Amino acid sequence: MKRIIVVGNGMVSHKFCLKLRTIAGSDTYEVVIYGEETWPAYDRVHLSEYFTEQSVDKLLMAPSDWYQDQNITLKTGQLIISIDPQQRTVLTHEGKTDHYDYLVLATGSRPFVPKIDGVEKRGVFVYRTIEDLDQIISYAKNIKRGAVLGGGLLGLEAAKALLDLNLDAQVIEFAPRLMPRQLDEAGSNTLKSEIESLGIEILLNKNTSKVAGTDQMAGLEFADGSQLDTEMLVISCGIISRDELAESAGLEKGARGGFKVNEYLQTNDPNIYAVGEAAAFNDMIYGLVAPGYDMAEIAANHITDQASKTFTGADMSTKLKLIGVEVGSFGDALGDTPGSIPISFEDKNSGIYKRINISSDKKHLLGGILVGDTSDYGMLLQITQNSMAIPPNPEDLILGTRGGQANGNTILDLPDTAQICSCENVSKGDLVDAIKSQNITDLKELRNCTGAGTGCGACSPMVGDIFSAQLKEMGQTVRKTLCPHFDYTRQELYSLIKVKGIKTYNELLDQYGEGDGCETCKPAVASLLASIWNDKILKQETIQDTNDRFLANIQKGGSYSVVPRVPGGEITPEKLIAIGTVAKKYDLYTKITGGQRIDMFGARLNDLPKIWRELIDAGFESGHAYGKSLRTVKSCVGSTWCRYGLHDSVSYAIEIEDRYKGIRSPHKLKGGVSGCRRECAEAQAKDFGLIATELGYNLYVCGNGGANPQHAKLLAGDIDEKTAIKYLDRFLMFYIQTAEPLNRTAVWLNKLDGGIDYLREVVVEDSLGIGEDLEKDMQALIAAYHCEWKEAINDEKMMKRFSHFANSDDYDPTQQFSSMREMKKPAGWESISK
Amino acid sequence: MTELTTYKTTTPAEVSKWIATLPADEFPENGGLNVKVEDLQIAIFNFTRRNEWFATQNLCPHKQQMILSRGMIGSDGDEPKVACPFHKKTFSLKTGENLNGDECPIATYPVKVEGGTVYVGIA
Repeated sequence: MKRIIVVGNGMVSHKFCLKLRTIAGSDTYEVVIYGEETWPAYDRVHLSEYFTEQSVDKLLMAPSDWYQDQNITLKTGQLIISIDPQQRTVLTHEGKTDHYDYLVLATGSRPFVPKIDGVEKRGVFVYRTIEDLDQIISYAKNIKRGAVLGGGLLGLEAAKALLDLNLDAQVIEFAPRLMPRQLDEAGSNTLKSEIESLGIEILLNKNTSKVAGTDQMAGLEFADGSQLDTEMLVISCGIISRDELAESAGLEKGARGGFKVNEYLQTNDPNIYAVGEAAAFNDMIYGLVAPGYDMAEIAANHITDQASKTFTGADMSTKLKLIGVEVGSFGDALGDTPGSIPISFEDKNSGIYKRINISSDKKHLLGGILVGDTSDYGMLLQITQNSMAIPPNPEDLILGTRGGQANGNTILDLPDTAQICSCENVSKGDLVDAIKSQNITDLKELRNCTGAGTGCGACSPMVGDIFSAQLKEMGQTVRKTLCPHFDYTRQELYSLIKVKGIKTYNELLDQYGEGDGCETCKPAVASLLASIWNDKILKQETIQDTNDRFLANIQKGGSYSVVPRVPGGEITPEKLIAIGTVAKKYDLYTKITGGQRIDMFGARLNDLPKIWRELIDAGFESGHAYGKSLRTVKSCVGSTWCRYGLHDSVSYAIEIEDRYKGIRSPHKLKGGVSGCRRECAEAQAKDFGLIATELGYNLYVCGNGGANPQHAKLLAGDIDEKTAIKYLDRFLMFYIQTAEPLNRTAVWLNKLDGGIDYLREVVVEDSLGIGEDLEKDMQALIAAYHCEWKEAINDEKMMKRFSHFANSDDYDPTQQFSSMREMKKPAGWESISK
Repeated sequence: MTELTTYKTTTPAEVSKWIATLPADEFPENGGLNVKVEDLQIAIFNFTRRNEWFATQNLCPHKQQMILSRGMIGSDGDEPKVACPFHKKTFSLKTGENLNGDECPIATYPVKVEGGTVYVGIA
């Protein structure tokens, strides 16, 4: 059995082991890893997440038992200090020797620290390992200001980390622009202003001459005589290969350091390989993870005598989200090719800059830069890498076609060799073959069997597009039909129900569906029926999710929560007391919600009607917290009390909440009204938001908190209250009629062709001529409002439903509660079975 | 608590007694109710569309919640199923198999309607 020693335990080292074990089992190759750090390999690309999560486990490339499962010996906290290539042994810092047949050097790099006077002082850090991060976090606790030296990729990441640590952060860059290797001046300017709007100050053209202070740093001095008052410095000025082992082993180095390797990643000693940032191929060091992964695979293939491609260098194209700003740079980004012609587009309003460089004969794309919007990145990179023909008006590549037929360059024009997923090295041909030969009809299945999109995920949209395009070419329609029981989209069903006057799920299933339905189509149709007819939701009981069936939100342990409506968050002392009295009587846990109301948890099913009767007697009505419908319209205190308030935001919020309450929509709806631009109601994070201006209100739509936060976009500015409500009627109805099930307004807008401009045309300019119809439909829904709980408690038959057992009044004997901070809580998921 | 092991699939041949539960017309169409059968909680489903009745344990094995009677029923191909309201795990109403995961199967029980009353059979 051959013995492979891997020196270093970073991402590339891990990939090497993974690839090796895929090729050959532990009966052919014994693998021992020596890692200098105390943790197993972790994801350095997402290192900045450590500042918010502070969990090493989340960053690990594989759980620690993975190494055991793969029969790989991992020795952490062990530094290899020399190699004896004659004896084929390595020596550890503890004086132990170990024998190898093959040695793989994956020692990575260390941060380059420029020779600046005083750089050894306390308070100066580098940004590379978890240990570095721990030190930065601990030092930051006692200070207020911190700076980053270096405005490259990693430097900007580090600046975001300082911001997350609540420091006043600056970035200092020697060059006249940010990310000088990837961006031109205009791209850098766009990125700079986007980052500065987040509160990070950017200083360009600054040559740092001294770190001031005694033994602890107390500021920076620059060659131009200026100074910066800061208490911490994080250095991120590039990397240097960790090639210290070259001397003892007699290994050749590249011109700029690194172990010199051939196309199989072998050093001048054929039994010693080098990969990742430690390797120098043609004197080039590749400081990105994708080329490192490529090297790992080629080295693993070569050691195990597998036929493989060779390493021929790598593309340094990159796409990432920097501090929330999308940045892409590909091919010849800066237009260094002689005769290249740049085409650029700049939109300072939206913070978007796009540039492409085309060849002097105007036939090929050489490279480009994208800041603020990288949605075209995948396609542009493919066109560049595959030397595909570009359209007669090359600007269409970044501006899209303006009228007329779409140009070529669709996903289907890509050659089969086009590499789609660079992490897993999957080509378009691999994807198409998998779809054809294995009859794949599910995107997830395609990802699983090819590995595409399972690494960094940057290619996911493209994998999805290829999947859809290929199915379409094979004659399979890819419509977003509801589920196997209905071959219609939600929008089509909306029209069918409305035009044919369908009132029940069964009628629809009989006429337009097949089978017996399922948990996907039943609630979707229930929502449609409610949106169209605004009929009693309780009538459709068995096609509702449990929340709508019992008019309350189900919680752990099967109890429900109760949320009465508190419009605009305004509540009288009497009503507060009523809530307190009810909560006390039924032993409910109470909590203030994010939407300015009070949630009562832990209600037993049998008690729900009694609880609601008391609440209704006290003047409350259903809050619809259980439905895909309007939740709350949050308000600030407004001009009545606030010294800054421009208008009475509370009264307006109450009016709006009362207007749209109870209306069923594809997903929940939240609104907000702020009395001035200080925006205390967070209206721009809502599905619709109004912010008072001197002249009226600005109306924002399609904002979203939750999993993928998105700011709302301005639909109309400085409009009066009546106009705002007219636009809101149209907007909400248009959304209700056209969105896919469970798509919130933000997601809906993102998919809407033409985006916010199109929405504005439809809602404000009434370009489709449906404005009046939308208002009429909305008016009908508003007129049909009823408090669902009031109707429920006055219906004898319906009341029977609120019992855990149909044949007994007993409570559920398995339901358990314990106590926490003077209130009750449900038993945890696990403890119930024990 | 050993709720998980309390429930065992009962075949028609194993039925030792039939327990009367409720009149058939008290069950919602295409929906279920939870009934107390001695110490057991059994979910009985009135699958009107298929003109069939099914009974299963009320306990969803995924997070051990007494809830399945409140789930939506439907079909997966021709297989009748119920979806747990908590995390939408689906189980065959015929065999109890988990159809969209690796949860252990749920117990099923024979049901019959006689003289307008719904009976469930236990061993």
